[in-house]
Amino acid sequence: MTSGTDEVPEDADVLEEVEADVLEDVAADEREEGEELEEIEPPDSNAVVINMNGKDVVARKGETVIAAALRNDEYIPHFCYHPRMSPVGMCRQCMVEIEGPRGPMMVVSCMTPVAEDQVVRTATDEVKRAQEGMIELLLANHPLDCPVCDKGGECPLQDQAFSHGPGESRYVEQKRHYEKPIPISDLVYLDRERCILCDRCTRFADEVAGDPLIHFISRGNNTQVMTFPDEPFVSYFSGNVVQICPVGALTAKPYRFKARPWDLSQRESTCTTCSVGCRTVIQSSRDELLRYQGVDSDPVNWGWLCDRGRFNFEAINSDHRLTTPMIKTEAGLVETSWRGALDAAAGLINDALAGGGAESIALLGGARGTNEDAFAWARLADAIGTPNRDAQLGDGLPAEILGLDRATIDEAANASTIVLLGPDLKEELPVLYLRLRDAAEKGRSRILEFSATDSGMTPYAWKSIRHEPGTQHNAVVSALADSDIAEQLAKGDVVVVAGRSNLADSADVTVAALQKLLAGVQGAKVLPALRRGNVVGALSLGLAPADADHDGLAILQAAADGKIEVLILLGADPLNDCPDADLARRAFAGARRIIAVDTFACESTQHADVVFAAAAYGEKAGTTTNLEGRVSTVGQQVTATGTSRPDWMIAIELGLKIGDRSFGSDHPLRGVSTVDDLTDMIANTVTGFAGLSSSTLVQQTDGVLIESPSTSLPEVSFAEAGRVSYDYRLVVSRKLYDRAVGTQMSRSLTNLASASVAYVHPLDLDGLGVAEGDDVKIVSAKAATILPIRPDSAVPRGILWSPFNQGSGNIEDIIDWRSATTDVRIERV
Amino acid sequence: MTVESRVVSPYPWAPGFYPGDRPEIVTSRFQYEDGHTLDRYLATGGYEGLRAALAESPSDVHEVVKNSTLLGRGGAGFPAGVKWGFTPQGVWPRYLVVNGDESEPGTYKDRLLMECDPHQLIEGSLIASYAAGLSQGFLYIRGEMALAHERVAQALNDAYAAGYIGKNILGTDFSIDIVLHWGAGAYVVGEETALIESLEGERGMPRLKPPFFPAAVGLYGMPTIVNNVETLSNLPFIAREGSEAYTAIGTPTSPGTRMIAVSGHVKRPGVYEIVNGSTTFRDLIFGDDFAQGIRDGNELKAFVPGGGSAPWFLPDQLDIPFEGPAAGAAGSMLGSGAVMVMDSTTDIPAAALTLVQFYAHESCGKCVPCREGGTWLYRIVERIVAGHGTDADLETIFEVGQTICPGEMPHASSERLGLDAVPFPYKMTTICFVGPSAYAPIHSALTLFPEEFEALVTKRADRRPIPVTAEVPA
Repeated sequence: MTSGTDEVPEDADVLEEVEADVLEDVAADEREEGEELEEIEPPDSNAVVINMNGKDVVARKGETVIAAALRNDEYIPHFCYHPRMSPVGMCRQCMVEIEGPRGPMMVVSCMTPVAEDQVVRTATDEVKRAQEGMIELLLANHPLDCPVCDKGGECPLQDQAFSHGPGESRYVEQKRHYEKPIPISDLVYLDRERCILCDRCTRFADEVAGDPLIHFISRGNNTQVMTFPDEPFVSYFSGNVVQICPVGALTAKPYRFKARPWDLSQRESTCTTCSVGCRTVIQSSRDELLRYQGVDSDPVNWGWLCDRGRFNFEAINSDHRLTTPMIKTEAGLVETSWRGALDAAAGLINDALAGGGAESIALLGGARGTNEDAFAWARLADAIGTPNRDAQLGDGLPAEILGLDRATIDEAANASTIVLLGPDLKEELPVLYLRLRDAAEKGRSRILEFSATDSGMTPYAWKSIRHEPGTQHNAVVSALADSDIAEQLAKGDVVVVAGRSNLADSADVTVAALQKLLAGVQGAKVLPALRRGNVVGALSLGLAPADADHDGLAILQAAADGKIEVLILLGADPLNDCPDADLARRAFAGARRIIAVDTFACESTQHADVVFAAAAYGEKAGTTTNLEGRVSTVGQQVTATGTSRPDWMIAIELGLKIGDRSFGSDHPLRGVSTVDDLTDMIANTVTGFAGLSSSTLVQQTDGVLIESPSTSLPEVSFAEAGRVSYDYRLVVSRKLYDRAVGTQMSRSLTNLASASVAYVHPLDLDGLGVAEGDDVKIVSAKAATILPIRPDSAVPRGILWSPFNQGSGNIEDIIDWRSATTDVRIERV
Repeated sequence: MTVESRVVSPYPWAPGFYPGDRPEIVTSRFQYEDGHTLDRYLATGGYEGLRAALAESPSDVHEVVKNSTLLGRGGAGFPAGVKWGFTPQGVWPRYLVVNGDESEPGTYKDRLLMECDPHQLIEGSLIASYAAGLSQGFLYIRGEMALAHERVAQALNDAYAAGYIGKNILGTDFSIDIVLHWGAGAYVVGEETALIESLEGERGMPRLKPPFFPAAVGLYGMPTIVNNVETLSNLPFIAREGSEAYTAIGTPTSPGTRMIAVSGHVKRPGVYEIVNGSTTFRDLIFGDDFAQGIRDGNELKAFVPGGGSAPWFLPDQLDIPFEGPAAGAAGSMLGSGAVMVMDSTTDIPAAALTLVQFYAHESCGKCVPCREGGTWLYRIVERIVAGHGTDADLETIFEVGQTICPGEMPHASSERLGLDAVPFPYKMTTICFVGPSAYAPIHSALTLFPEEFEALVTKRADRRPIPVTAEVPA
């Protein structure tokens, strides 16, 4: 229908020419920067030349006129159009004139595809008349309460009313009236008077998030956005609708009435809540963080954020932050000076070095901080000489997974098959879930899921294979033997998203399944689904254990055995965050001394001998590495709380205090005075990070991928235990909202965490003879705990599922880190 | 069992069909009270057209329909045979959607066709499906038409039982299912893309064409032919008698007959099957065989020629025939076949208010000009009729209308006012015609009868100045 969209060069000569030009183009890309190139214009098969306002503009085949215009700095006013969602043509604001067979036609540019030689005019008198008329109509029922509206000052309606509006209104009738903001979820308020019904939020909920819980109700002039009766807009992505709302109709509870846009200053950064590494801007007013907004980074988050990442800035402003170092005295932990704390910590380490040697010192954590933090602590650990370090707490996979043929998020979202062998992405890596859901929904990819229970991705999976916990390697083997699956896997690129789906299994089980899968699918790439914010950076920069005998669980076991003199916690809270809580408790009892570096006083810091107050996200600059190995900048926007310092600074200060036994007189870290020095030192000394200097990263806002030295997964062996007298096999997995300190200290998020509950299949519940919500005793070979029980048809029969780290009840108590799987019995109380 | 002059069925209080000394293509069974039953249908040549069609190849049947120049009766008047040809080849499945969501103000012909001769519609649907190679039919009936729904449902059941629908129809390898869907009462669903949305279970909101031309991307994203009830009801005759018999009636550009519903201030409001193209509005409104002139001996003041959304005609336009281009050149359209007559007693602003209120109320809320502009227009006219308008409001009506329909708005010529006609169609900033439909009647009323509005509004010049009570001290 549109001429020019299917133009294919017909004769072979032309084809050859095109090919040669493409090769030339590739060669040009590979050339060194600065080398002079002669001006060549390769005929791009994807390019469509259109004429816009009298000048030729290169558009991309298949895109809409408005997309081409906006990319080429021709502004067309719009409200409903959003580049990441399908067009609806609802607001009629983006009218342009296009030369048609019957003369110039007024069309909406958001739904008109570009075509070769199309003539587009965006600012004729008639177009301007239509645009002004549309603004007048949109403002007719708009309350114009801009002075008290959070959006005022950054409002597309306000801005475009000035730039493309008639300047005044003739509307003298009564405006529409609705109850002023009504909560549509725990986080979002809706003001229907301000709403211009652009369909952005409703489209987002349906198309992007897959939570179609808001929709239009009523008709015509009474149309309004609404939830279903008694069903709130419960979505992990609800904050995005606030960001994309072109008026102040949707506001978020954490930001309401906190600031005016012109008082905000902002800085681009990268979210480190999980390892997806969404690009954000962090905004503050009067040195207080007030809002995070998503930034459209094409390879990563497409502008979206999850609610946890968007709203957990509240934690940074929390009154419970650690503001000064503390030291344990007879009166418990008391505040002290930095000098006192550093002296004490250095003393403890020197004593340990003198007593038990370097082997008796261990570092846990480091995934919370920046690359620079991890690097400084790793160099300190190197200098001391301890092999005991791990950025994971027994809830991840061996660090060798980073050395497999690693996929990027884009590669995963464009692969013909995505194999999910890991956690529920919706709960653990929400924006990765959005990207992969999009791939499945748009038909680019098919998802093959291996899971013990239904996950957030199950509805979009091509095949979702259920397996008994701890037997995924067998499920993989039988799936690979299936002809349908084998045919699908042979169709094209395969990306395996690998992580820990069940914290009650040992990591070996997942490793075994991954090995079987990689052995069976040639050329499959792996996207590691490790969850912690900068875990890839920390592991790549020296906080990875040397081997399984020195990993997080081994360190805790050594501590429990009394072999650890000083346990250093880098933002780690093993008492709450280790799958085997009992092991963590024994480790804390067995470790002689504990040094904690943290932003909050948590359960683990209560046991520490020295506590260092660390600067939090937004209070320190640096870089971070996401799960695909993309290094991007983290910005400092506010002054650190109290006297808290960035982790890297603490590491260097401590190294200097320890003296000869750590940083010798010529140690390079002695010369470090700014975080940029460290970034540059990483770029100069760490393989894979070469070239990622601070100046380069400031330019590359989308980040730069690192290369990891190639490794292979460790050999694993484990005993496949029979169930004997235990009827249920335990699955413990994370939910987005749990008792993680960043969530708990954020006022708006703290109540979203579910309580600790045990879920079984509804028929199993009947079989047990207990009612929904009754307390039951869950007995494993090791211990027992009491939890309320509920039915959930997402859980297959014979499996008991309980979310991790929800407090009260402590399912973590009954997990034994040494056994491959955890079987339990349910007893009536 | 025949009914005398008028089909009273099914609502004694509502205007029915009046036969006359005219060819009857779609209303031949209206004379029987049991015309809706299968028995009567078969006794009067029913399903003969289908039998004849199935004896030929689909492309031959398609050719016959093309040659008949059967124009769509839903409003746009596009040739049905040409429309069928727009479906891309080799895409499967493809659907037929029967648009029985007749809700244009003044139009009630499809309702009678469904109530009085449902089998004719079913037979037409089968012929269309066979000719255009469609694999399933959906019959969408307006939510308010309970009796039509009941009778079509009964007819479908009977036709299934008798083997006219379903597998291997009449022993051939042609098979099709027809699904009956009852609408939920929204005017905009008469628009084909909104109807498709509604059928899919979504809100009845129109889709933008392109890319959603139903023939290419329609129901469930597949090629879909959407035809009006009356259009399909013509097919049994064409298939049975051939295209020559059809084109022998009417004019070459507008062949056959068409159903026109006449309402308003005439002596005999009702539905008439008129000869297409040659009949004029004067024949229809004043003919003894038709509406028999204006009631109570009054004068004709104005009339709406093609359903509530059409610009109005004056007595000046009475001699225009039922021919699309002629009506278009005169500044209006034939639309869905409804003529609403207003006599000299009519309060024109109040009449316009009724229409603008309807379209403002029926806006689906998708496009801003219709959602906000339609209601705004309604509010202004409401205020003017209540006596609270000013002359600035009259300008505002035109300004708001310009946002809905940029450029010149079509209207009829008026000798009285010395106005020349502005030909149809209008430009529009909305997706579908509901937005312009809210503006068209008020624009016609205001353009053709400005004095009636001016009499209602306060003029700037007439406003009482604020009295100055005291001298300003020096």
